[in-house]
Amino acid sequence: MCLGVPGRITEIYEKSGMMMGKVDFGGVTRETCLDFVPEAQIGDYTVIHVGFAISLLSEEEAQKTLEMLREIDAIGEELGLYDEPQVGHGEQAA
Amino acid sequence: MKFVNEYRDAELVRKTTHEIRRVVTRPWVIMEICGGQTHAIVRHGIDQLLPPEIELVHGPGCPVCVTPLELIDKALAIASQPNVIFTSYGDMLRVPGSGRDLFSIRAVGGDVRVVYSPLDAVKIAQENPTKEVVFFAIGFETTAPANAMSVLQAQRLGLTNYSVLVSHVCVPPAMHAILGSPHNRVQGFLAAGHVCAVMGYWEYPPIAEKYQTPIVVTGFEPLDIANGILETVKLLEAGKAEVGNAYARAVTLEGNNPAQKVIEQVFVTCDRKWRGIGMIPMSGWCLRPELAAFNAENKFNVEGIQSEESPLCIAGEILQGLKKPHDCPAFGNQCKPEHPLGATMVSAEGACAAYYKYGR
Ligand code: SF4
Repeated sequence: MCLGVPGRITEIYEKSGMMMGKVDFGGVTRETCLDFVPEAQIGDYTVIHVGFAISLLSEEEAQKTLEMLREIDAIGEELGLYDEPQVGHGEQAA
Repeated sequence: MKFVNEYRDAELVRKTTHEIRRVVTRPWVIMEICGGQTHAIVRHGIDQLLPPEIELVHGPGCPVCVTPLELIDKALAIASQPNVIFTSYGDMLRVPGSGRDLFSIRAVGGDVRVVYSPLDAVKIAQENPTKEVVFFAIGFETTAPANAMSVLQAQRLGLTNYSVLVSHVCVPPAMHAILGSPHNRVQGFLAAGHVCAVMGYWEYPPIAEKYQTPIVVTGFEPLDIANGILETVKLLEAGKAEVGNAYARAVTLEGNNPAQKVIEQVFVTCDRKWRGIGMIPMSGWCLRPELAAFNAENKFNVEGIQSEESPLCIAGEILQGLKKPHDCPAFGNQCKPEHPLGATMVSAEGACAAYYKYGR
């Protein structure tokens, strides 16, 4: 119930007094209530819970996090940290 | 898919966990509050990628798991009535009450329907004016705005045959209960990303401060979780009881204002019993008195139900981070997903079900 998944808004319209939209989850489209994200625009990515968009995803923040983690990775590489034997099941994370 | 694939990059996850290995100097117990994260951690094997110093314990953030038994029994009593269409999120159907579940009510002719969204339940009420349609409104802050909106929508449409059986729970009071317990083992928290998407995380600094426990807002993909753990370990190692946000693409400090407004319009804070844990003061939401017409507990006479929990089940201790599923003698033998004794074996977000499914 709490595993909100991000999808892309492809359509916005009004229905029964609510702001509704079509959201595409990698090929599957679902009708979603957009009342909680009134600033939403077509093309925005949003997290959906039980048929309601609860948050719009920020591209800028997403990039910042990824860059920060990639940078850590570069430092680690320089220190030769990743030469040690692997632990766990890294491939499961794919 | 965008905003998903980048966060499942196995190489980056591995390197992030290596970074955790690099910064950690001593043992730490970290709790992920959210059952969705418990599931993701076990599914992606993140627990096995972590250095031995880090112990993850699993929190009470599984809505199906903490819905009190009395309320499940009330749901069963309402769903058994002849003129009722009982609607619920799918996970709730197999949750054992004292002796039976919603599935078994359906098997003997009860009209129990799974809905994806509470708005679907409102639609069913519109289409069935001669029936009473009841929606089992459970969950944390994530589902509250949706459940609240269904009540407002029913009111707008003038429906008198729609009501909700409410069992809403809130995360911050549960954190207080866990950290304030004399048995507490938790030293750092991963806060539930989507709860924070709705509520923001401004409520957390006083909790971090009071219990000297860092809290990091964390998302749901493997890289999000690894990053949340890394941030928490860094704060722990630095001795900083601060609040971090490792899920900034979806969560802001203030949270979602329109959603909070709708919650406030419909719900009011109340004491709430958590299954397996017990009463936590001011830890839930119930319907505002002026919306009593939509309260299923008022509409149907379901008082005085006696509830009985399986004596074997230790889910309460698991949900507080005191025990792990394999500490339970029933785990995997008397208790399996096909015949669960406790709610944590039912829901995909329950720790027992996750451990069973992924062979921990
Ligand atoms: S394994 Fe079953 S009986 Fe044991 S704690 Fe988990 S849900 Fe309860």
